[in-house]
Amino acid sequence: MKKIIVGIKRVVDYNVRIRVKPDGSGVMLDGVKMSVNPFDEIALEEALRIKERGANVEVVAVSIGVADTQQQLRTALAMGADRAILVQTDGPVEPLTAAQTFLAVAKKENPDLIFLGKQAIDDDANQTGQMLAAIWERPQATYASKVEIADGKASVTREVDAGLETIEVDLPAVVTVDLRLNEPRYVKLPDIMKAKKKPLDVTSLDALGVSAGVLLKTVKTEPPAQRQKGVMVKDVAELVEVLKKKGLI
Amino acid sequence: MHKVLIVGEHDGKTLNPATAKCVTCAAGIADGEITIVLLGADTAAVAAQAAALAGVKSVLRVDRAENQHPLAAIFAPQLAALAADYSHVFGPSTSFGKDLMPRVAGLLGVPQVSDLMAVEGAYRFKRPTYAGNAIVTVEADPARKLIATVRVASFEAAASGGHGAVESKTLSVALPSHTRYVGAKSGSTDRPDLQTAARVVSGGRALGSAENFKMLFRLADKIGAAVGASRAAVDAGYAPNEMQVGQTGKIISPEIYIAIGISGAIQHLTGIKDARTIVAINKDGEAPIFEVADVGLVGDLFQIVPELERLVGG
Repeated sequence: MKKIIVGIKRVVDYNVRIRVKPDGSGVMLDGVKMSVNPFDEIALEEALRIKERGANVEVVAVSIGVADTQQQLRTALAMGADRAILVQTDGPVEPLTAAQTFLAVAKKENPDLIFLGKQAIDDDANQTGQMLAAIWERPQATYASKVEIADGKASVTREVDAGLETIEVDLPAVVTVDLRLNEPRYVKLPDIMKAKKKPLDVTSLDALGVSAGVLLKTVKTEPPAQRQKGVMVKDVAELVEVLKKKGLI
Repeated sequence: MHKVLIVGEHDGKTLNPATAKCVTCAAGIADGEITIVLLGADTAAVAAQAAALAGVKSVLRVDRAENQHPLAAIFAPQLAALAADYSHVFGPSTSFGKDLMPRVAGLLGVPQVSDLMAVEGAYRFKRPTYAGNAIVTVEADPARKLIATVRVASFEAAASGGHGAVESKTLSVALPSHTRYVGAKSGSTDRPDLQTAARVVSGGRALGSAENFKMLFRLADKIGAAVGASRAAVDAGYAPNEMQVGQTGKIISPEIYIAIGISGAIQHLTGIKDARTIVAINKDGEAPIFEVADVGLVGDLFQIVPELERLVGG
């Protein structure tokens, strides 16, 4: 095990309450706090733990996005990544484009593992890792809640609807991580200072030979239908009466 | 004419109800012809169930020893080969479909619509983003094949009474050996499946312990309900993750959802938006869950739940 690539996406912070623009052209992003996608923090944490368990491994954080995405990559460097690569672009990046970009990076870097979040909390697409594994022609282990590496293989426990499933994959492989894999560390101030000196390379989709197509055109964005506020009952007896009247119990 | 291929989910014995919901979704495409494909070691029993779904024209069985377990790396190349004859390939937005479908899309070099919630045209769909707080309408290029996962909570199951033709298919597709199934551990119970249950009792962090969660199981058993949990309750170790309801857990649409000690974070509400009736029980009258509840009761759950259990039992 020599190298692990971790995908880092810049997204609207988990705690921000999203508002849709009145003209339906998207969501309001002006002045909104941006952060590392929470699942990507878990992905990075897992890579760092493998490194800290004694593997002589380089952890490379890779992102695709606007120039300001350097902020999120600096956070990744402060957490402990060794270096970072920003594939800078101003346009929308669809999952297939992201997968093609990671493939181009993987061909240059030859990682043993690529850790990605299982989904980004903005588009909730849950596609990039699987698409990357497909076009890289390598195994995928999605929704990982436990990862064990030995002898060029990874044993991955996956969170599936019925419970847990374990699969074994040959390396290199793509692993997408779920919430229970670990709890990411907090970044300390000295680490932030140190991170400023770590290498952060900026490249472009062109330089990697990736053309960003828009295959799915978003034509409208709207808020979800609101549920009507219901009735308050005063006690359990009244609750049961209401539910019986509705034929629910 | 559009030809829609639906990837059926099953365990070798029973067709997952999510498949019937995909059929309803696919039926929303005008001039659509629906085929269900089943990959497995022996799909005879589930093929009969799939063929009985109303609106299904045909069922393809791809039986092969390697298809014993639903590994995306094994299934995807077979589906990519089959996809040649279809304009759309749909799978359920379950852990099975979410794992598999993007790999198929990747192999074909085409886009995927995740969590398709409404069909507005053969290439125009609605899907949720930002944990369901922004619904986008997307348009795909008719010149390309379209892959989608279907948000099963948005669709009713297709009725039975169909007579689809069942056909066995042999594919000469080389399969990789780099991915191997090891085993599964399921928290299987006699209770209804959370994903498809008509009634769900769900608990939050206010339950305080795994021990206290048993109170919910008793109530659930009394009314024949499945049991769910908020992410906070799962993170606190009160309930296993397969019980999690919300953005990062299961998206469900029961007839009745009883939220007990759940404050109602937006990520949780995402998972229950399609519940027919939401009942909220919480000691905090200001909790956001009451904004979406059809029936609300403010009070101490440790008094309310045992009383509720007693009264519904009568």
